Amino acid sequence: MIEVSRLSKRYGGADAVRDVSFACAPGTVTGFLGPNGAGKSTTLRMICGLTPPTEGTATVHGVPYRRIPNPGRHVGVLLDAAAQHAGRTGREVLTLTALATGADRSRVGELLETVGLPAKAAGKRVGAYSLGMRQRLGLAQALVGEPSVLILDEPANGLDPEGIFWMRTLLRGFADRGGTVLLSSHLLREVEAVADRFVVIAGGRIAAQGTRDELLSGTGVVVRGTDPAALHAALRGAGLPAEPDGTGRFLVAAPAEAVGRAAAAAGAVLLELRPAGGDGLEELFFTLTHGATP
Amino acid sequence: MTATGLSPIAAAPAVDAPPRPSPVRLTVVELRKAVDTRSGRWLLAAIVAAGLALMPVILFTVDAPDQDLGEFFAASQLGVSVLLPVLGILTVTAEWSQRTALSTFLLVPDRHRVLAAKLAACAALAALCTAAGLAVAVLARAAGALLGRSSGAWTVEPRPVATMLLFAVVTTMIGVAFGALFANTPLAIVLYFLLPTVWATLGEMVARLHGAARWLDTAKTLDPLTRPEHIGGVEWARAGVSLLVWLALPLAAGAWRLARREVA
Repeated sequence: MIEVSRLSKRYGGADAVRDVSFACAPGTVTGFLGPNGAGKSTTLRMICGLTPPTEGTATVHGVPYRRIPNPGRHVGVLLDAAAQHAGRTGREVLTLTALATGADRSRVGELLETVGLPAKAAGKRVGAYSLGMRQRLGLAQALVGEPSVLILDEPANGLDPEGIFWMRTLLRGFADRGGTVLLSSHLLREVEAVADRFVVIAGGRIAAQGTRDELLSGTGVVVRGTDPAALHAALRGAGLPAEPDGTGRFLVAAPAEAVGRAAAAAGAVLLELRPAGGDGLEELFFTLTHGATP
Repeated sequence: MTATGLSPIAAAPAVDAPPRPSPVRLTVVELRKAVDTRSGRWLLAAIVAAGLALMPVILFTVDAPDQDLGEFFAASQLGVSVLLPVLGILTVTAEWSQRTALSTFLLVPDRHRVLAAKLAACAALAALCTAAGLAVAVLARAAGALLGRSSGAWTVEPRPVATMLLFAVVTTMIGVAFGALFANTPLAIVLYFLLPTVWATLGEMVARLHGAARWLDTAKTLDPLTRPEHIGGVEWARAGVSLLVWLALPLAAGAWRLARREVA
């Protein structure tokens, strides 16, 4: 459980994050979305107690991160996969984490296998790792303390498509077992398939949040009929704002039922009536984040 | 239980257990961090090598009856103590230059506890290096016996061992303090070696500083620790006062800065 309440951070006179509130429930994956520089990392760092907020609070399981006696045993954090000593081996990084948190050291080998760093790679120094391998190591490090919450900043960076699929499966499994996952990305595509909820941040403020359906409910429906002209007339007659999309379909900013009734009343035959989904989420993401300034 | 296993995860676990990592646990982690990289092991090897450096000088320049174990030990410690502050500095600054501060402070949000563990680990390493210096001295004395160049005693007084151990520990800790204060390896190292020299030079040149220099110039105040036959109440007081200025103050300021510094 993560709860963020009215979190703000000012650097000098500029707002990096302003009045951000959201919650992540156990059993869910929350996608924290926004363009680069929108305030995602600053928010995550405030949740993890690395950056003191100017205003507001953030808690994990009801307690501020810094007040958890042994945070590594409850919260797995990966904020920057590149932040590792180049001269340490992957195995040693995990061993140190297990040692510091008192976690079971026998998990180290198993975790390395799980994240796809077999013995040979695990024995190499991190300086020789690709970014993708560092992300895998970082995820393993986050999992060492058997946490119930995962906080990951751009974990898909540097992973190949197969790696992204693997990570999705791992995070989905973690949430399905009751864990809480908060992961950020500047690319909707990376988190779209795994996230239950989305928090969209732009210019340091929350632009939108909710499930996919909640986010899309405001975007209207797509409708297509056998006779576009008659359908257009029927929609206009019912006072529904209809935009032709150039392929014979209309984009209508109204509930599906209102559109269906208007067509039925005018005797227009419908071939298609659906939420403006599909690329809708991406379009929405772009609209929400585009042009927002801090 | 595996990371991708099937066991359920508690939705709202009590976060007050397990307890925070003990100081001993954190010190063990810091000790391990000092030796688990190639650069860390090279530095420790260099410290022991520095202890070896002056052994031939004693063997070939000092009169045979004066070549006792204590003489060799004092000389080996002279070498060891040159690099020990660098060890102290790197223990802190490597967290920033290698960016491990992020993991370190995520696992232990109370940064003062990390600093305390680093001080304890550095004290232990200083003691180990002093023991290595003693071993080097024994080897050198044995070499002297084999070469027929040494005829001094095989014994060393406990007092110089104790004061030289103290000297090793405090100079390493000054390194930790400088590392925390300046948070940058080259800056901390240069200032560590430069500031006392500048101060010593000023103390020599400016007559009005002579009095202060006797109390604040660590080259003067800590020197009796390496030659404990010259140490008495006043010397202890001077060593204490100079350590207040060169250890306690930078350490307090360094702890303050470490706790507030933004982790990149």
